[in-house]
Amino acid sequence: MQAFRLVKVAGKSIIKNKMRTLLTMLGIIIGVGAVIVMVAIGEGAQSQIEQQIQNLGTNMVVVTPGAAQTSGASQGASSFSRLTPEDAQKIKNESIYSANVSPVYSSFRAQIVGGEGNWRATILGVTPEYQVIRNWDTTSGRFFDAREERTGAKVVVLGKTIVDQLYGDRDPVGERVIVNRVPMQVIGVLESKGQTADGNDQDDFIVLPYTTARNRILGRWSFMRQILINTYSAEDIPLAQEEVRAILRESHGLASWEADDFEVRNQEQLSEAAQGTTEVMTALLAAIASISLLVGGIGIMNIMLVSVTERTREIGIRMAIGARGSDVLTQFLIESIVMSILGGALGIALGVGGSTLLGSTMGWATAVNSETVVIAIAFSAAVGIFFGFYPAKKAAALNPIDALRFE
Amino acid sequence: MSETKEVIRVQQIRKTYEMGKTKVHALQGVDFNVQRGEMVAIMGASGSGKSTLMNIIGGLDYPTSGSYFLDDIEVNKLTKNQLADIRNQKIGFVFQGFNLLARTSALENTELPLLYDRSKRVKKHSEAARQSLERVGLGDRVDHFPNELSGGQQQRVAIARALVTNPSLVLADEPTGNLDSKTTVEVMALFQELNEEGVTILLVTHEDEVARYAKRIVELRDGKIIKDVPQTPDSAAKDLEELLLRRSEEQGAKEPETAQAD
Repeated sequence: MQAFRLVKVAGKSIIKNKMRTLLTMLGIIIGVGAVIVMVAIGEGAQSQIEQQIQNLGTNMVVVTPGAAQTSGASQGASSFSRLTPEDAQKIKNESIYSANVSPVYSSFRAQIVGGEGNWRATILGVTPEYQVIRNWDTTSGRFFDAREERTGAKVVVLGKTIVDQLYGDRDPVGERVIVNRVPMQVIGVLESKGQTADGNDQDDFIVLPYTTARNRILGRWSFMRQILINTYSAEDIPLAQEEVRAILRESHGLASWEADDFEVRNQEQLSEAAQGTTEVMTALLAAIASISLLVGGIGIMNIMLVSVTERTREIGIRMAIGARGSDVLTQFLIESIVMSILGGALGIALGVGGSTLLGSTMGWATAVNSETVVIAIAFSAAVGIFFGFYPAKKAAALNPIDALRFE
Repeated sequence: MSETKEVIRVQQIRKTYEMGKTKVHALQGVDFNVQRGEMVAIMGASGSGKSTLMNIIGGLDYPTSGSYFLDDIEVNKLTKNQLADIRNQKIGFVFQGFNLLARTSALENTELPLLYDRSKRVKKHSEAARQSLERVGLGDRVDHFPNELSGGQQQRVAIARALVTNPSLVLADEPTGNLDSKTTVEVMALFQELNEEGVTILLVTHEDEVARYAKRIVELRDGKIIKDVPQTPDSAAKDLEELLLRRSEEQGAKEPETAQAD
């Protein structure tokens, strides 16, 4: 009952001094707003990266050539290892956990001439299974088949960006394009996958049978960038990784004491690496924003201290007519808590509004996390208690006689 | 509570302040009693100890030695919180500077003591405050803010605030110090009226103009009572009438007689 009345007193005092209240709350509003926007940006980036890794395909295992090994003379003349079509074939033949296997050959940008002009794009040489692994549909035409792969047919499937550049709105299926001076036939267009978090265009590719890519276009520059594998289920992933590793060690003729000259990773491991970076970024952004929240808290303390001095006479009156020290303490404490929670609530509105605005105008991925909102409220209440306590204590300790005499 | 009971019994009160190395003896053994229904003026020049005595009687300060009973409660032995409750429930303060809360209506100012009343004797705060304001003649000003009221009206609000808890004692410290002569008489008439209704009033003043309306004069000098005599008070109501009559004669019949204070 008593507490409720003091809340009313504090509420009245806050309403009667609108300007002072607003200025006091401003620090908290901006602080909480900044924390929410910053964390939303960080989380947004994180979920976007996760989305992209999911986009790569499901239950995927990626084999990449090992980074150049420098662990001793045993590495011999070749400073970095290669994956070969035989490796891919061996995995396909021997692995029981692998459902689909596709080598991925890729080039630096190759010249493509067709339609209305020319363009440089990355060439991917793969098997038809690549489409299944990456879960990548065609919006027009079709992907190449096993026969075309075997015979090294001169057929290509174009990414969305290339179609946009060379053909505009026209459907290029059936048209001829020249890829590094080799004429090819367009048989399909891939659906768009958008951009990656670091700004790479995922549609700026042409895809063709790896046999064609290796033999007719890339030639001696051909280089197998990775082998993509998918498993039948998520549970099979670790088993497939072990199995593939064993197969490749045998295929590469590695002795038991030699380290792997390749890496076998799953999607989770890929996303972990990416997440590590964004987590650091999120933490950094939140830390910077937290400083403004701290400054906001100090602002509350500052105003409350000034307010105690300014209101010395009021405190004296209240004490003379029977307020106990604890009543005055509670009143001032409630005032600062109410102000900081109110500021926190407005800050949440600002933060959510700001994140939405950034998301819609700048096209940034933002995700407001309910956990952040709860933490922001709790934190602003804590700021109110922590920074309000000292001024309130000071007010409660006033001697009513001196306070009444104060001019 | 019988009618003739003592409200205040002060016995051998001493108060010594230490100002650095020197000791200041503000009160040096003060004895006096106040009966229910009295209207006493405590007089004395500045430095006589009357403010110190008022602070002790008002429960704002402790004596260095001696005892002070208010309604048979030995106030000097109470804790700070108990003292706050005594101030709240048994004493009504009226100050020289009115001491109303700014930006707070007359009604809310009057309600204020009830907010801190832990006995919860009064259930309907705003009703009690309204009645109290009516009692001081401000029934039509309840929603006004202090800056919309004249000095005399502000002091009436302060008196209403002092009365709202039905205290055993109204303690008025230079209540007319900030008021002009006409408003002074008005406020004193109000005090006399309340005293007629049975309210015990203790005035602290240095002005004879104010003290002459009290039923008894206690004079302090150098921390001691040098005079404690009953007197026949002048009637402030009668003085006010005469004052108004004289003024309206001076100004011809131009101004209406109910002019407000400046």
